[in-house]
Amino acid sequence: MKTAEIAELLNEPACAHNAKEKSGCARTKPGATAGGCSFDGAQIALLPIADVAHIVHGPIACAGASWDNRGARSSGPTLYRIGMTTDLTEQDVIMGRGEKRLFLAIKQAIDDYSPQAVFLYSTCVPALIGDDLEAVAKAASERWGVPVVPIDCAGFYGTKNLGNRIAGEAMFKYVIGSREPDPVPATAQRPGITVHDVNLIGEYNIAGEFWYLAPLFDELGLRILCTLSGDARFHEVQTMHRAQASMVVCAKALLNVARKLEESFGVPYFEGSFYGITDTSQAFRDFAALLGDADLTARTEAMISREEARIRAALEPWRKRLAGKRVLLYTGGVKSWSVVSALQDLGMTVVATGTNKSTEEDKARIREIMGDDARMITDGSPKALLQAFRDHQADILIAGGRNLYTALKARIPFLDINQEREFGYAGYEGMLELVRQLTLTLESPVWHKVRAPAPWTRHKVAGEALAWRGENDG
Amino acid sequence: MVEILKRAKPLAVSPLKASQPIGAALAFLGLRRAIPMLHGSQGCTAFGKVFLVRHFREPIPLQTTAMDQVSSIMSADENVIEGLRVLCEKNSPEIIGLPTTGLSETQGCDIQRLVREFHARHPQFAETAVVPVNTPDYAGCLETGFALAVEAIIDTLVPDTTNSSLVGRRRKQVNVLASSMLTPGDIEAIKTWIEAFGLRPLVLPDIGDSLDGHLIDQDSTPLTLGGTSRGEVATLGEAAATLVIGRSLNRAADLLKSRTGVPDFRFDHLLGLDACDAFTLVLTELSGQPVTAGIERQRAQLQDAMVDTHFMTGFLRVGIAADPDLLVALGQFLHGVGAEVVAAVASSRAEILADLPAATVRIGDLEDLERQALAHRAQLIVSNSHAAASAERLQIPLLRAGFPQYDWVGGYARTWVGYRGARQALFDIANLFLGNHHDTPVHRSIYRVNRAGDPQFRPTPGSGLVQH
Repeated sequence: MKTAEIAELLNEPACAHNAKEKSGCARTKPGATAGGCSFDGAQIALLPIADVAHIVHGPIACAGASWDNRGARSSGPTLYRIGMTTDLTEQDVIMGRGEKRLFLAIKQAIDDYSPQAVFLYSTCVPALIGDDLEAVAKAASERWGVPVVPIDCAGFYGTKNLGNRIAGEAMFKYVIGSREPDPVPATAQRPGITVHDVNLIGEYNIAGEFWYLAPLFDELGLRILCTLSGDARFHEVQTMHRAQASMVVCAKALLNVARKLEESFGVPYFEGSFYGITDTSQAFRDFAALLGDADLTARTEAMISREEARIRAALEPWRKRLAGKRVLLYTGGVKSWSVVSALQDLGMTVVATGTNKSTEEDKARIREIMGDDARMITDGSPKALLQAFRDHQADILIAGGRNLYTALKARIPFLDINQEREFGYAGYEGMLELVRQLTLTLESPVWHKVRAPAPWTRHKVAGEALAWRGENDG
Repeated sequence: MVEILKRAKPLAVSPLKASQPIGAALAFLGLRRAIPMLHGSQGCTAFGKVFLVRHFREPIPLQTTAMDQVSSIMSADENVIEGLRVLCEKNSPEIIGLPTTGLSETQGCDIQRLVREFHARHPQFAETAVVPVNTPDYAGCLETGFALAVEAIIDTLVPDTTNSSLVGRRRKQVNVLASSMLTPGDIEAIKTWIEAFGLRPLVLPDIGDSLDGHLIDQDSTPLTLGGTSRGEVATLGEAAATLVIGRSLNRAADLLKSRTGVPDFRFDHLLGLDACDAFTLVLTELSGQPVTAGIERQRAQLQDAMVDTHFMTGFLRVGIAADPDLLVALGQFLHGVGAEVVAAVASSRAEILADLPAATVRIGDLEDLERQALAHRAQLIVSNSHAAASAERLQIPLLRAGFPQYDWVGGYARTWVGYRGARQALFDIANLFLGNHHDTPVHRSIYRVNRAGDPQFRPTPGSGLVQH
């Protein structure tokens, strides 16, 4: 990929962050960088497409350490969970045999697994030696009659965020618009309900959490043409251009897909979230508003009143246990405000939140929700997080999996909010799982047992720094 | 004689292998107040970090030189110098491990020269030792990367004492070079074993001290929270002997021996009665002390367990996929209790594979394991967590071993070595077999008259599902 093409991807006019410093292109600092690369980002965005053979073209490090390590669930095919890589050898690199190996690898994947399509992910080494993924994809596709999509996402191009955009761009360039949607099945038609076609962009069905919401979409007559990419199928991605509205769910990184769908096919979109009661209801209202169907609006409001009443009643016993508890939230981007509102729905106090990846708009929104004394944290190092935890007398840290063991080592309650987590929190029903997990860690009897000193140590208090053990004792 | 089958497919499906840089990083994580920094793009480190965090359930210090598009094409030399400077300035580590990756190797960097240049340009950081090692991921596997790092640690940190031998100056010190097949639980057991003979073990690298999972008094540390210290590594040449566990460490052991003259004893593994006996025998000879009553008792307990479980382990058809050292260790252990290794897959080539008690061993992936296991009707597979999906499709149990184990708590703490470790392994294997025992299919005779009270045969709910 050329520098100019990368620059173009980093320029996302629909992103509120665009005018300012771009998180996608923040230069990485040797010795002080955390987070994944562009290849990682591209995989996160596309791997949940369940009936595709995802081939990682490169030596073993890229696929070997990353295959099948995310929580996206499929309701059908499981092909996406099978790791595939060309596992390039030294000879392949030196002799330039990478392209040939890749070509044969595609054939092997098609022969053995009959995928609906094959996605090729480029990585650093083949990008450096100049393997032409696009040409291989074209040749393989023509030879074997299965769509083969190249995704040029070498890790050194940049961050995870850029990788998300590269993935979106590849879908737009090669897949979206290549097929018309199937007609609505007659059996699914209900009298008096007009079916509207919609897209969800940047929703990954982590731990199957979207299935909490899917029945409500059915109820309202909203047919999800495609989710990019949770529980998606290749043929669904092909038809995204025919949707009447798109929702960008909690991930600005795929905003380019939504914007291009609007520009090229006139599909309007809005940004929303399915975390928390308030935001979930808002998302359904936004759909109804964009679709401009008065009947849908009325049915949406009825559904919202019913669901909110039901879930608030179910949450009542939990609210008593959680109310007043103080939360330190450290998570990136849009999720910050979205999770803040979910926690406030429960009567909890968010004492501070991370805004490292947030846009100006996000920050404004946080101020709006949390009030003017909202504390925003930008330093996400373990030391700084723990200091903030103490300063704000928080009761629990809610953050991504990367900080899980930081919290546990410091003996503080923790809730995982990221991709690898095992529980779904989306929608109304997801709130019940959220309160369960929050209460489980907050009220766990283990904390005081691990904080108290052993009975035979009188003066030592856990948490006090001790000198390192000497050099040669042992 | 085992036939070694080359990789036969262009595409690796359900990869078994983890990369050399991760193996090297793991070795450096066994050093005290250390941090590895991979010379590559930020993803090399991010993936490696997640891999190790999920396996050990610990915070893992790991940094990156963060090569981007410009430095990947022009030169990334400055990234290395700058990364080392930042780490020294922020955390003053005792040791920085510096493995290369496929990206930096393809670009063609001279990592040893860069370390010299760093020391020349930043003499104020002379206190921090930097250990460079070439570990491209297009060659080898986790085990070889680990071994290369151990060799590099010896090369960089052990003084040459061939001319003024210091062997035995520390009379009771016994060095242990520990291969990547050993878990923190294994290393703990090995230390206790050696201490039982009045000797003092010095393990390199000691992930038993850094990655065993223990709460510390500090809230957090940006460096490793245990392991072999730099000062200790420098004394390897003063020990009475070196015990080398795992053939992947042969080159590292050769280097240590030639540099220090310390005599060594080499063991392929410490799994099962024979291997344990060989190790114990060397310890009695080194220490001049008799085997303790406690060890005698554990040995007798293992023998008892071997007798008790031989009904389940005998003729048991097993499929194993792992890095070479571990594969051969498990293969010989299982073979030694009557099992048959009917499917064997190694992540990469190694000399030790010739000693695997099996007809063939394939250099390949978990798809190869699954196909071989199916063809030879394996009853148990032994491999990492990724093989859980294969086991489910094959409807046979999985015994987790090797890297990574992410769907399972405490894999890192499991003790395989020693008499006790072997006994527990036998119990677990036998139990997995008993839990999945296939009964003889029911036959109902055509002549048998059905009476009230003898309900019609109905499959139980959930039959056909895999139980774990």
